Amino acid sequence: MKKKLLSVLLSTAMVSALLVGCNGTTEEVVEETGEEVVAEEGGEEEVAEAADEGKVLNIYCWNEEFKSRVEDHYPGYEKVDATSGKIGDVTVKFNITANQDNAYQNNLDEKLLAQDSAAADDKIDIFLIEADYALKYVDTDYALALSEIGITDADVAGQFQYTKDVVTDSNGNLKGSSWQGCPGALIYRRDIAEEVLGVSEPADVQPFVKDWDTFLDTAAKMKDKGYFMTSSVMDTYRTYSNNVTSKWVEGDKINIDANIDKWVDDSKVMVDKGYAGTHGLWSDDWSKGFFMDGKVFCYFGPAWLINFCMSCDQEGSVGSEGQWAITEGPQGFFWGGTWMCVAAGTDNPTLCKDLVLTMTTDTDVLREITTDDDDFTNNEALMNEMAEEDGFGNDYLGGQNPLGIFAKGVSTVDLSNLSAYDQGCNEEFQNAMTQYFNGEATKDEALELFYTAVLEKYPNLSK
Amino acid sequence: MKQQHKKSKVVSFNKWGYIFLIPFVVVYLVFSFVPLVSTIYYSFFEKYRVGVIEVGPNWIWFDNYKTLLTNGDLITYTTNTLVMWIIGFIPQLLVSLLLGSWFSDTRLRIKGSAFFKTVIYLPNLIMASAFAMLFFTLFSDGGPINAMLQSLGLQNPDVPYKWLQHAWSARGIVGFLNFLMWFGNTTILLMAGMMGIDPSLFEAAEVDGANATQVFWKITLPLLRPILVFVLITSLVGGIQMFDVPQILTNGTGDPLRSSMTLIMYLNKHLFSKNYGMAGALSVVLFIITGILSLLVYKVSTAKD
Repeated sequence: MKKKLLSVLLSTAMVSALLVGCNGTTEEVVEETGEEVVAEEGGEEEVAEAADEGKVLNIYCWNEEFKSRVEDHYPGYEKVDATSGKIGDVTVKFNITANQDNAYQNNLDEKLLAQDSAAADDKIDIFLIEADYALKYVDTDYALALSEIGITDADVAGQFQYTKDVVTDSNGNLKGSSWQGCPGALIYRRDIAEEVLGVSEPADVQPFVKDWDTFLDTAAKMKDKGYFMTSSVMDTYRTYSNNVTSKWVEGDKINIDANIDKWVDDSKVMVDKGYAGTHGLWSDDWSKGFFMDGKVFCYFGPAWLINFCMSCDQEGSVGSEGQWAITEGPQGFFWGGTWMCVAAGTDNPTLCKDLVLTMTTDTDVLREITTDDDDFTNNEALMNEMAEEDGFGNDYLGGQNPLGIFAKGVSTVDLSNLSAYDQGCNEEFQNAMTQYFNGEATKDEALELFYTAVLEKYPNLSK
Repeated sequence: MKQQHKKSKVVSFNKWGYIFLIPFVVVYLVFSFVPLVSTIYYSFFEKYRVGVIEVGPNWIWFDNYKTLLTNGDLITYTTNTLVMWIIGFIPQLLVSLLLGSWFSDTRLRIKGSAFFKTVIYLPNLIMASAFAMLFFTLFSDGGPINAMLQSLGLQNPDVPYKWLQHAWSARGIVGFLNFLMWFGNTTILLMAGMMGIDPSLFEAAEVDGANATQVFWKITLPLLRPILVFVLITSLVGGIQMFDVPQILTNGTGDPLRSSMTLIMYLNKHLFSKNYGMAGALSVVLFIITGILSLLVYKVSTAKD
């Protein structure tokens, strides 16, 4: 009998230890992935003070950019460590999840769905979004209308209209705000322009790239001298796709706009004649043209591409030699931009309001950002003013002041045709068409592939 | 009285066996059985997410299976998977047999065989994703392989060969990678099998005047059959679940034109929209395919005897 009892006891102990073990690990994993920094404050004090406002401000983002803007320009922000800081006695935590493979959105989705049941200090207060998928969040109740935290239309009156269009939901509520505008331009190499076209100043080069047909003619000249017009045909994609007259999805049906179709046909010519490659953006092959020994005439991009991505601080890069210059190019477009959204359920509404107002509407802060970081900031009057000023020449652009050309680009950007499916459709479309460009598939086969891939991503749509 | 006492002791020893089994059973139930059942259960539902909006779960009977089996993709991806597995498995088996028989041949007495055995196993220790990443760089349009071919004059520098944009070169690279990663493992297994063969049989063959080739075909291979079947089945099951190498190599697209898209990569595609219904149905089909293939291989290779 005693033995029996002992055995039962032992086995129970073993099993329960096992179960406790499992339980412990799952909890730990959740905590680790959810919060990069585990809260240090004790539990008891917080409960007492939570009645006031939260002591932890959680900001969800995908890179260091916003963090460094806040660190450098938000008055009263003290940096604590790589991913956190303090504003007054509120701890600010940056939860950074890389964009790669949709990881940022996947993480954000899970967190938003669990927002109601999360502890006050774990709730998302501010999350950052991009234009490509803005509507996915903006058109839900997970993002607060700015008016709900006391930000009025007058506060954001100075912002570029397109930046407000992106984050306006289907009921007309403004649900986000951005400190930057990301108008794009055609970034070309002065030395190649001089060699092939005989001119190098933006005003003289513009006639050679003023529309897509001229662009292709110029591409032929580049080819004759052994240069590529653009690195890849993917470079021109955004310029076409920003100038569409219909949405990717109408009703529940996938729709291909005429300008997108034009991209396919123009690009096929570019590839077949050897004017450009078909590799993806951000690949090794793509970035080879950032250096002087590359053979690429132009890229399409906004200010941040030049400042952060084109390796301009590296020896031997085109930027370090000051050989880039920008001009309007065939069509206006924008690329990227980061919007701040305030999450429903935030426990720090006052601080959120202040952060949004300071970072995106305060003229002094915006001027500082443009001066220090070469960002094109989101204030029309300010940008036009600074375009005329001396001292904003960009060394990477051989001293050219890019603000004027960027400001011009913004004026033609029309975002009335965004849809919540843009990101998935754009990605899959470019991928499918690569097969056509490479001659592995006919155009119809490539389109079929595109439909298959989109329907996998969005099972609610139809062909 | 005495006898009864003895009997009860035996029974209580048996109990200890069951008690020691508990950890395994609990782990199996929690981590294998429950997911298995819930996968089958979910496969009858429409359940996915559009953005942050949840759709379902709605009970839709066999609709997921219908979609899966009628749109034709399943056959394409099954073929892709098997083709890439075969491309990798055939050289793997041949090289492993050769290396195995060399290493286990007592007459050859290869020097430093322990060193070589370790070296050929090493590729398996590298993460598949890292290995795939390496090959992705090696075979990129402007990568070292093309550069090498160009400097040897075998390729026109203006038209680099796009390795990963052509169906057969992409599949070939995937197969080659799998071969490189797994031939060491197979060699070790086959060698163990060969060393388990009674040496007196080899000696007898030698006495009878058989040469090395005859010994290999007439003695080694037939006696190696159980191990070969084991290798074949494990490799087949692993092959059907092929994922990491083609996923990384093609950036998840299975390009060109999905000719290197495997079944598990297809499954992974459904996770973008958290489509548990379709993913569940696909998993169940995969389960059945694996079962049938394994059974088939087993039946065929143990038919005689």
